[in-house]
Amino acid sequence: MSEPVADDVVISIRDLHKSFGSNEVLRGIDLDVVRGEVVCIIGPSGSGKSTLLRCVNLLEVPSGGTVTVDGTEITDPDCEIDDARRTMGMVFQQFNLFTNLDVLGNLTIAPRRVLRRNRAHAEEIARANLARVGLSEKESSFPGQLSGGQQQRVAIARALTMEPTVMLFDEPTSALDPELVGDVLDVMRSLAEEGMTMLVVTHEIQFAREVADRVLFIDGGVIVEQGRPEAVITDPQQERTRNFLARVLHPGQKTA
Amino acid sequence: MALTRRQRTRLGRGAQYAIAVAVALLLALTADWPTIARAFFDVGVAASLFPDVILIALRNTLLFTALGFVVALALGLVLALMRLSSVRVYRLAAGAYIEFFRGLPALLVFIAIGFGVPLAFGTILDRLVSITLALGIVGSAYIAETIRAGIQSVPRGQVEAARSLGMSPTRTMIFIVIPQAFRIVLPPLTNELILLTKDSSLAFLLGTTLEQQELAQFGRAALNQARSLTPILVVGLCYLIITIPLSYLARRLERKYGSAGMPKGAEV
Repeated sequence: MSEPVADDVVISIRDLHKSFGSNEVLRGIDLDVVRGEVVCIIGPSGSGKSTLLRCVNLLEVPSGGTVTVDGTEITDPDCEIDDARRTMGMVFQQFNLFTNLDVLGNLTIAPRRVLRRNRAHAEEIARANLARVGLSEKESSFPGQLSGGQQQRVAIARALTMEPTVMLFDEPTSALDPELVGDVLDVMRSLAEEGMTMLVVTHEIQFAREVADRVLFIDGGVIVEQGRPEAVITDPQQERTRNFLARVLHPGQKTA
Repeated sequence: MALTRRQRTRLGRGAQYAIAVAVALLLALTADWPTIARAFFDVGVAASLFPDVILIALRNTLLFTALGFVVALALGLVLALMRLSSVRVYRLAAGAYIEFFRGLPALLVFIAIGFGVPLAFGTILDRLVSITLALGIVGSAYIAETIRAGIQSVPRGQVEAARSLGMSPTRTMIFIVIPQAFRIVLPPLTNELILLTKDSSLAFLLGTTLEQQELAQFGRAALNQARSLTPILVVGLCYLIITIPLSYLARRLERKYGSAGMPKGAEV
């Protein structure tokens, strides 16, 4: 694999800090994600991994440091954040489908109101993305009529209709019943295979091992360890990483 | 001989019914029925009220209420958004307005608009404009708080999802938050409409000619002429014709959308 050239870097994070009151959640994160890379972020709850992801599209405003996405420094106060966010698709733990709109409405509202696509064009793209997540027949359902797994796949399709250069996933399977997790992971896997740049906060270690180009272990607001998944997951170098993986991979067993 | 739980319940219920029947009987036996019938159920007087009670009085009540409600809704929405604004001055101004007009009797607001505005600005407002304005102001203070609560009950994730798609705060408010908030506040808004229907009776403060009369004023005028209480009955029924369907509607909406503002059958 050749060394990435500078303009291949899609997300560039420098010395990122975030505090909630006196609680410092992120304590200096540096991270570069190159085009087409799939980075999975793992770590114990409260480690700051979701906050890190939410800082990337400024749903949380960092207390310090810079975030640059696709050449735009979004932490610049003069940055047109709404424009910058269009290049990033976000998928939430709780799906957050718009409950006042049906599935097609969820997929067309932003393209129509933000990108000014006309209705027919927006619906054409929406239907193509619904087919991509395997839910073409659900276009006139309301979110409440879908299972959690279906809702999350619609949420992924919704993010894709904006044709983002990066997809951010915030624990996309954590709110799902176990038997519904697979469908969502399948959609994410095929996205990764198509070459989408992805930043994924997840507890699915197996998924990270299979799909990620790089795994980041975060604890206490810093990146403790990172590298190829087989290295970080199979042969962790840090004590904290080993403990975490032991707890996640073998729940119920005593750890050293 | 101890009574079982079921027997005790039955005995208690029986006692309650007995008391209710006794009170009803007492009222029925002591009331002067022939006088009541003459006063309230004078068919001739009732007939003489038609068609004006419908064509003028009911029509005016509906007109005043509808116009007042539209103004109240628009003003209430603006006030609610100001209350939730990140701009402190807007929050304070809206808060002061709401506390002020919610604390005053509607009667005072009508007098202030009807007599205060001409004094202060040297212009006499059209009567319909004055009534619409007064009802709008009275209603808006309550409606603002209702809408604010509705907007705040829309889950944060909905806003985050919209913003993450690149929608501006304004677009998010218009296309996502307000539509959901309105589903949540439809039942309480219907109740505000009922209250406003009754408040429209205060229009009597701002004009007296026949064509201007709404239900309550029409009833009082007829009362003086007919020397019978029948107009009260007729006019009262007219109010109920408006308000009972509205409360039925409010209950229907409440059942349909539930407290979470979601269509029935929705799961979270």
